[in-house]
Amino acid sequence: MYSDLEEIIRKTVVKLLELAATDLPEDVENTLKVAYEKETNSMAKSMLKSIIDNVLVARKWRYAICQDTGTVIFYVKADPKIPVVSDLPNILRRATAEATNLIPLRPNAVDPFTEKNSGDNTGRYIPWIEWDIVKDLGYIEITALLKGGGSEAPSIAKTLTPAEGLKGLVKVVLETIYESGAKPCPPVIVGVGIGPTADIAINLAKKAALLRPLGIRSSDPNAAKLEEILLEAINKMDLGTHGVGGVTTALDVHVEYAYRHPASFSVGVVVSCWALRRASARIYPDGKVEYISHKVL
Amino acid sequence: MAEYRLRTPLSEQDVRKLVVGDIVYLSGVIVSARDAAHKRALEILRRGEKLPIDLSGLAVYHVGPVVRKTESGWDIISAGPTTSTRMELYEAEFIERTGVRMIIGKGGMGPKTTEACKRFGAVYTIYPGGVAALAAKAVKRVVDVYWLDLGIPEAMWVMEVEDFGPLTVIIDSRGNNFYEERYREIRNKLDKEIYPHILSLLEK
Repeated sequence: MYSDLEEIIRKTVVKLLELAATDLPEDVENTLKVAYEKETNSMAKSMLKSIIDNVLVARKWRYAICQDTGTVIFYVKADPKIPVVSDLPNILRRATAEATNLIPLRPNAVDPFTEKNSGDNTGRYIPWIEWDIVKDLGYIEITALLKGGGSEAPSIAKTLTPAEGLKGLVKVVLETIYESGAKPCPPVIVGVGIGPTADIAINLAKKAALLRPLGIRSSDPNAAKLEEILLEAINKMDLGTHGVGGVTTALDVHVEYAYRHPASFSVGVVVSCWALRRASARIYPDGKVEYISHKVL
Repeated sequence: MAEYRLRTPLSEQDVRKLVVGDIVYLSGVIVSARDAAHKRALEILRRGEKLPIDLSGLAVYHVGPVVRKTESGWDIISAGPTTSTRMELYEAEFIERTGVRMIIGKGGMGPKTTEACKRFGAVYTIYPGGVAALAAKAVKRVVDVYWLDLGIPEAMWVMEVEDFGPLTVIIDSRGNNFYEERYREIRNKLDKEIYPHILSLLEK
């Protein structure tokens, strides 16, 4: 019924969801370890110790790192010439339902009108898929992201005037972190987007927060400088791990931007909890699979 | 800051000695309750009926676990805390009507809960959010589960835990709310130090 390549993709996606849920990516784990080493607040340090121990236990036992296994989001980069590409929405949906039972993931897809939980993490528009069609790429690259509900609460998109500009942006970002306090499970990863419309800004913020590895600055010097200023300011707040104080409130800040409209300066802020769960793989037309984010034997 | 090993059922004395910043490792029976379970419990108690389990002296944990059905019962495989602020709506009355001595969650709770903790002798503690696999390891067994019709995350899970912690006391029974004090300090710092500094940097 299904082609071999479809089967390979489905199995790979189930594996990606398992990796995302149970095995924190190396860049995030290493950044947490650095935060633990640097921490001077004893309460924060003991919590960071629990966080790192938890990552190890989850990996060893294949347990979900956090019981909120999030909303399932896929970022797909695909070569349009590979025939199976148009079937991907179906394959991703089936794999999500299968992974929910198998791993298991917590069923987190709820009808906003009837309050009914679908039970398998699928529903209207869910899993959410973001597309990037790339000519002559030669493969399909799938990134599975599990976005926790608690850290989604502070997300904000706001359109400022150009006169408010960067100073206004800084206030939006810092007030967002302040207002959310301990709720989004700090130390957090902060994505900031700038653009002509609110939806473009928050979309870029989400990509910046979730996809770019921690510790990597923007290739654009202005954006990179803003990242450093914001990271320093957030960490000076002394909010710290789970709000108890300490030198690390944000593990990193990523800024992404589009050219704005002459009349608008839209800002988006997306926050991830410390458990930034993502896993990526490339699938080639001949069926070869290459895991990028994790070592898979 | 002191460290304590406590066992449920907790006495009023057990919790009255705790102050904000203290660390607790808890053993014994605890029950899970999120929004829906709080709501249902209060509806039952207001009608003058009894809950399926007597909660006096026990701890209530804000958690919606990932579970696996086994031949003999249930395994809890991931059980970190959910954000407690959503339960602020119910918690003061819940403490008053049930006699629970400890609330476990994350993210903090508000003035009504702080007042109820003081009045009835209870504390609010946090377990580090996201530390869910480690929390599941502290659950020795599922004693019982009620209200599965609410869905697995919202059901009331009765669990036996051993050395569950570190639980940090955020609201003690003397009217202190650690987060509220901290947020006032941070507000001050933002307005007096951080904004002036960052805005001068952007001028350059």
